[in-house]
Amino acid sequence: MTTDTVTPAGTGTPVLHASGVTMRFGGLTAVRNVELTVNSGEIVGLIGPNGAGKTTFFNCLTGLYIPTEGTVSYKGKVLPHRSHLVTQAGIARTFQNIRLFANMTVLENVLVGRHTRTKEGLWSALLRGPGFKKAERESEARAMELLEFTGLAAKRDHLARNLPYGEQRKLEIARALASEPGLLLLDEPTAGMNPQETRATEELVFAIRDQGIAVLVIEHDMRFIFNLCDRVACLVQGEKLVEGTAEVVQGDERVVAAYLGTPFEDAPGAEEVAEVEAAEAHATDRAPGPDSTTGATGTTSTTGPEGDPK
Amino acid sequence: MNDLPQQLANGLLLGALYGLIAIGYTMVYGIVQLINFAHGEIFMIGGFGALTAYLWLPAGTSLLFALPLMILMAMACSVLVAMGAERFAYRPLRGAPRLAPLITAIGLSIALQQAIWAFYPDATKSRPFPEFEGGRIDLGAFAIGRGDLFLVIAAPLCMIALGFFVSKTRTGRAMQATSQDPDTAKLMGINTDRIIVTAFAIGAAFAAIAAIAHGVKYGEVNFKMGFIAGLKAFTAAVLGGIGNIYGAMIGGLVLGLAEALATAYIENIPGMSQLGGGAWKDVWAFVLLILVLLLRPQGLLGQRVADRA
Repeated sequence: MTTDTVTPAGTGTPVLHASGVTMRFGGLTAVRNVELTVNSGEIVGLIGPNGAGKTTFFNCLTGLYIPTEGTVSYKGKVLPHRSHLVTQAGIARTFQNIRLFANMTVLENVLVGRHTRTKEGLWSALLRGPGFKKAERESEARAMELLEFTGLAAKRDHLARNLPYGEQRKLEIARALASEPGLLLLDEPTAGMNPQETRATEELVFAIRDQGIAVLVIEHDMRFIFNLCDRVACLVQGEKLVEGTAEVVQGDERVVAAYLGTPFEDAPGAEEVAEVEAAEAHATDRAPGPDSTTGATGTTSTTGPEGDPK
Repeated sequence: MNDLPQQLANGLLLGALYGLIAIGYTMVYGIVQLINFAHGEIFMIGGFGALTAYLWLPAGTSLLFALPLMILMAMACSVLVAMGAERFAYRPLRGAPRLAPLITAIGLSIALQQAIWAFYPDATKSRPFPEFEGGRIDLGAFAIGRGDLFLVIAAPLCMIALGFFVSKTRTGRAMQATSQDPDTAKLMGINTDRIIVTAFAIGAAFAAIAAIAHGVKYGEVNFKMGFIAGLKAFTAAVLGGIGNIYGAMIGGLVLGLAEALATAYIENIPGMSQLGGGAWKDVWAFVLLILVLLLRPQGLLGQRVADRA
């Protein structure tokens, strides 16, 4: 497995290190012995067919699940299995299915995100001392900055449930950033978005990275992933198959096989992969049906990968 | 006889009392979807706490001077019992099927009642509660009891403080977030266990205030008083839309008004003279509940239609 690991030059120290993470539900092993490192200043992609265990892995990282085996450490410290402590440590995330606080306003959602970074005594709140008002103002100012950053400032007083879909996604990101994380986990941030929105999200993720926040992103949109990520890991049936730069992963026959469900008997060259992709692109041009590059064919990938990296 | 203003005043006072207790039901339900049937006993224990504090003071102490100590003691007793119940009875059952904590709550309710009956001196019968001296206060169109003044001042203050707390403070926002989606709230760095304890504690503190109001209004406390008061307050919470704190206040007031008006006027309706008066007030309260559940099951201010216990 380690032979596949590529750490591009110019990246910093490890922010997240998952070591030997295994998650079993009864007899089912959803995630098997996954090793993953995210360095500061990096955007790392996590791809894989549906049901490969990507979201389960995210849940292990954020303390929603307690991994059966393995540890997750953030900046060298092993994380406790309590979600609120994970957030406090500096990991924030968004969800595959939007999970905003629907009956709170946009601003309130972001303020809730700031929970771990603000303090308040019961008495200071009840007495509304000057310290309380100052802390409230600062918190609100910071929340407004984030809303400006994501372009939602004008909608601060709208209820979250009334926002259009794309903006709900943005609000989730703003809320996650509010906890001042060192690492942001994005679970399919562009699901259901049109190409313009996807591109805008791409810009947003770059801007987040430029603020010094490392990003780990799950996505099915390969164009998005390969544009964005310094490094990509592919998860298939709970195991990490490949990890490397976009080119390496794109060219790996096992990844292609996992996505297309076609085992390549003869090791194919890059040309063949390109051919397949060209054919797909052609197919999507003609019919806006299922786009095979977005993993819609994931359900057919029951054929096991040939080469197990372990 | 035009005593409508008087009946309205009686109803509002009673309703404010129900509303204060109902807060405890609705906050706990809003966050952990548990109907804490022991809440009536939390209220009753607050009453005995206040009485204990009063008896500590030298005989003949003016009730007005004793009141701050009584409030503190009542709150301390109620909050401690509620937090203990949460920690040792409900928390181990979190994640269990919803019937388990519900039955635990009923058992706890009986246990607390019997504990006071058995261990509090002379609690096998009603204990007299100190009352304010002087007669009723005449306000022109209607008169209120001197003890009711406590409720008139305390209930609005408590409600305003709670409204502010929930909507404007960090902990209040965390509480709203937890009630909407506990898992996501955890991932926002909110310690949901602490939020749940806070909800129990606030409900208990409000019940303690209500217990003192109840004591000075009726001049006695007894170990059974939590049962019917709790049932009425629960009705108020459901009436207003359980899980909604403003609903609890409104539900309490509506229920109090309905009871007062039914008691006073039902007997004037031809053919229903048998069904009026104090003996039937509980019946009319629950008839109102049934009507609301039939016509507007989510309660007056409620939004959630699904999953009501």
